[in-house]
Amino acid sequence: MNKIVEKEQFSENVFKLVVEAPDVAVSRKAGHFVIIKIGDKGERIPLTIAGSNPDKGTIDLVIQRVGVTSHKLTSLNVGDEITDLVGPLGKATHIEKFGTVLAACGGVGTAPMLPIIEALKKAGNKVITVLAARNKELIILEDQVRQFSDEVVIMTDDGSYGTKGLVTKGMEDIINREKVDKSIVIGPAIMMKFAALTTKKYNIPTEASLNTIMVDGTGMCGACRISVGGKTKFVCVDGPEFDAHQVDFDEMLMRLGAYKNEEVRAFEAYMNN
Amino acid sequence: MENITDYYKSERAQEWRADIRKSVKVKERTSKERTKMPEQEPTVRNKNSLEVNLGLTEKIALKEAQRCIDCPDPTCVKGCPVNIYIPKFIKKIEIGDFLGAATVLKDTNTLPAVCGRVCPQEKQCEAQCFYTIKLNQPAVAIGFLERFAADYERNSGKTAIPEVAEPNGIKVASIGSGPASLAWSADMVKMGYDVTVFEALHEIGGVLKYGIPEFRLPNSVVDFEIDNLEKMGVKFVKNFVVGKTATIDDLRAKGFKAFFVGSGAGLPRFMNIPGENSIGIFSSNEYLTRVNLMGAAKDDYDTPVIIGKNVAVVGGGNTAMDSVRTAKRLGAERAMIIYRRSREEMPARLEEVHHAIDEEIEFLNLNNPVEYIADDKGRVQKVVLQKMELGEPDASGRRRPIPIEGSEYEIEVDEVVVAVGVSPNPLIPATVAGLETTKWGTIVVNDDLQSSVEDIFAGGDIVRGGATVILAMGDGRKAAEAMDKYIKEKIKN
Repeated sequence: MNKIVEKEQFSENVFKLVVEAPDVAVSRKAGHFVIIKIGDKGERIPLTIAGSNPDKGTIDLVIQRVGVTSHKLTSLNVGDEITDLVGPLGKATHIEKFGTVLAACGGVGTAPMLPIIEALKKAGNKVITVLAARNKELIILEDQVRQFSDEVVIMTDDGSYGTKGLVTKGMEDIINREKVDKSIVIGPAIMMKFAALTTKKYNIPTEASLNTIMVDGTGMCGACRISVGGKTKFVCVDGPEFDAHQVDFDEMLMRLGAYKNEEVRAFEAYMNN
Repeated sequence: MENITDYYKSERAQEWRADIRKSVKVKERTSKERTKMPEQEPTVRNKNSLEVNLGLTEKIALKEAQRCIDCPDPTCVKGCPVNIYIPKFIKKIEIGDFLGAATVLKDTNTLPAVCGRVCPQEKQCEAQCFYTIKLNQPAVAIGFLERFAADYERNSGKTAIPEVAEPNGIKVASIGSGPASLAWSADMVKMGYDVTVFEALHEIGGVLKYGIPEFRLPNSVVDFEIDNLEKMGVKFVKNFVVGKTATIDDLRAKGFKAFFVGSGAGLPRFMNIPGENSIGIFSSNEYLTRVNLMGAAKDDYDTPVIIGKNVAVVGGGNTAMDSVRTAKRLGAERAMIIYRRSREEMPARLEEVHHAIDEEIEFLNLNNPVEYIADDKGRVQKVVLQKMELGEPDASGRRRPIPIEGSEYEIEVDEVVVAVGVSPNPLIPATVAGLETTKWGTIVVNDDLQSSVEDIFAGGDIVRGGATVILAMGDGRKAAEAMDKYIKEKIKN
C-alpha cells in the first residue's frame, strides 16, 4: 500500500500525485516507470516516474484521466492508498554530454521528460525543450521545465499560448536555426511518430519513450511488444526508450487499440456506477 | 543410501505396518483395479472454472491404498524428486490415519496438495511402481492418494503447523515466491532462520498463481499453504523486484546473509514469424496471467482479455493444455492445439491431454504455424499452417518434425496463444556482478546449488530452464540444506 501525500490538478483531466514509495524514490533514475494497481480487482498499468524526493521517500506521478484505471487513480485523494505499486521498472535513460539536445514533449509527455532533461542538463548539455499541446490549458509543468532548459518553445494547436502550430513545426524551427546533436521525444504515439520523422529528415539521433499496454512490466507477458528495426522488443525490459527512427509506430498504434471495444464498454459501465 | 535403506527396513518392520500388510493377501491386492478419479462431466466443466478432478472419497482412497503391496524395496520412492516415503503414507491411509498420512507427506514435501494435482506422476513415482515395472498393470494411483491425504488434512481444520527451531536471527531471502522458493522458505524457517520472500507481482505463489488455472489447481489450495508458511514465520514482501526496487548489494547492506534465486523462467518465447505481433496473439504467459492472476474473464475485474471464437494454441506442453482449455471455458467454439509433432511426443501430463480431448479440444498435430494474416485493423484473422512429418530422433530423444514443402493451408482464427516455451528471467543475472550464466541465460550452480557468487544459491526454472513444480521444490529443499551449511561454516570462521 502506498499513501498519496499530495495531489494537484494541472488541467481538467491531468493530475499530479505525490506517492509514498521509499525504496523506489531512492533507486529510480530518469526514464524509469512504475506499475500500479487499484483495488483487488484492478488492472495493472504503467506510469512513468516524473520525479522523486528520496529524503521524504516519495515519487511524483502525472496522470491523464482517460480510462477506468486513470479515473479511479485520479479520484483518490490525499491520505488514500494505492493498493499496489512496483518499480522502478525499465531501463534508465542513457545520459551523456551530447551537446545540444532537443526535447519534444506532447501533452502529458512533459511529465516523464522532466527527469530526463534534469539529468541531461546536469550532464552539461544545452537543452532546448518544445512543449506542445492542443491548447494553453494542456501545457503542464512549464516552470519546472524552464528550470532545466536553456530555452523553452511553446506550441499550441489553437494558438491559445505560445506559437500556433504542431510540435514538429517548433522542432523544425530550432533545427533550421542551430545544430542539434540529439533529440528525445515523448508524447502520444502519433506525435512521436511525426516528431521522429522530422528528426530523421535531418539525421538527428532520436530516442522515443514508449508507453504501451503492459501487464506485469517485468518481461513476463509480452503484451508491450513492438517492432524496432524489424525485431520484436519488449518495452518493459528492453525500453521504454528506443531509437525513434527504428520504431514501427504504425504497429504500435495498432496494438494500443487492442482492447478499444473492451475499454469503451468498461468505461461506460464505470461511469454508470 | 545405506542409512535410508535401513530406515525403510526398520519402518516397514514396525508392528502396524506388518499387521496391515498381513490383513489382505497380496493376490487380493493386485487383483483390484486402479481407481478412476471422480471428475466433473466434460461438457459441464468445459464451461466453468471449477476444479476438474473432484478428489477421492474416503472409501475409494482406502480401496486404492489396499492395492499397494508395501514392497520391501519401494522403487516408487526413487521416482520421486523429493523422495516422499510413499509406502508409509499409503499404509497410513489404509489404516484410516489420514492425518498421519499427511504428516508423512509433509516430512519431505512442503506442498503435497499442489503436487498431488500437478506432478507428472506417470513419469515419476508411478513409472517406478511395482505394478508398472513388474506386473505391467496400471500403477497404484500415488498422485490421487497424495492429493487425498493433503486435502483431508486441509479440510479437517487440524492442520499441524510444523515445528520451528528457536530463531537464530540470521536473515536470508528468496527472490521469487514460486514452488522453489516456497519449499526453500519452509526448510529455512524450520531451521530457525529469519526468512523473507520477495515477489515482483502483487500475489504470492509465482507460476502456481499466474500460470496454472483454477480448474487444475485452485488458488485457495495455494493460499492455504502460504498462510501456513506465514504462521511458521516466513515474511512475504510483494511488489518488490530484486535488482530494481533494491539490489542484492542493498539487501546485503540490510543484513541479509544469503539468497536463494527462484525467479523462474518468466520470459515468453515467440516464433518470430510474420504477423505475430497482430492483435489477438498472446504469449501463454500473458493469456494465463490475464485470466488467472488478473481475473480478466470475470465481470467485475478491470483487466480485459479478448474472448475468441476460433482459438488456436501453439504448443504441446502443460501450458498449451492450460491455455486451450481456458479458451474453451471462456466460450470458444473451436479451441485447437497446433503442435508440430504427434501425440506421442507431447510433453504435457497425460491426464491433461486426456482431459482436453474429453473437453472437445481439437488437436491439429503435425502442424506448424508459418504466418499470421490480420484484417485492416491489425486483428489476427487467419493462420497459415504447414504440415509436418516425423524424422529421426533429435537431441531430446523425440522424433524431429520436418516440414512438408507445399503443404501450407489457412484456417480462420480470431485469437492465438503461443505456448512454445519460456526462457529464464534475465533480471537477476543482469543485475548481479560476477554471477555466471549459461548461453541460455540459466544460472550456473554447483552440486549444492550454489552459484559463482558464494552467498547466492539458485534453483527451479532459473537453473533448469523450464521444468516441473516438483523438481523446483526439490531444488529449494536442497538449496536450503546447502545454504544452512554455508552460513554455519561462515560463522565458524
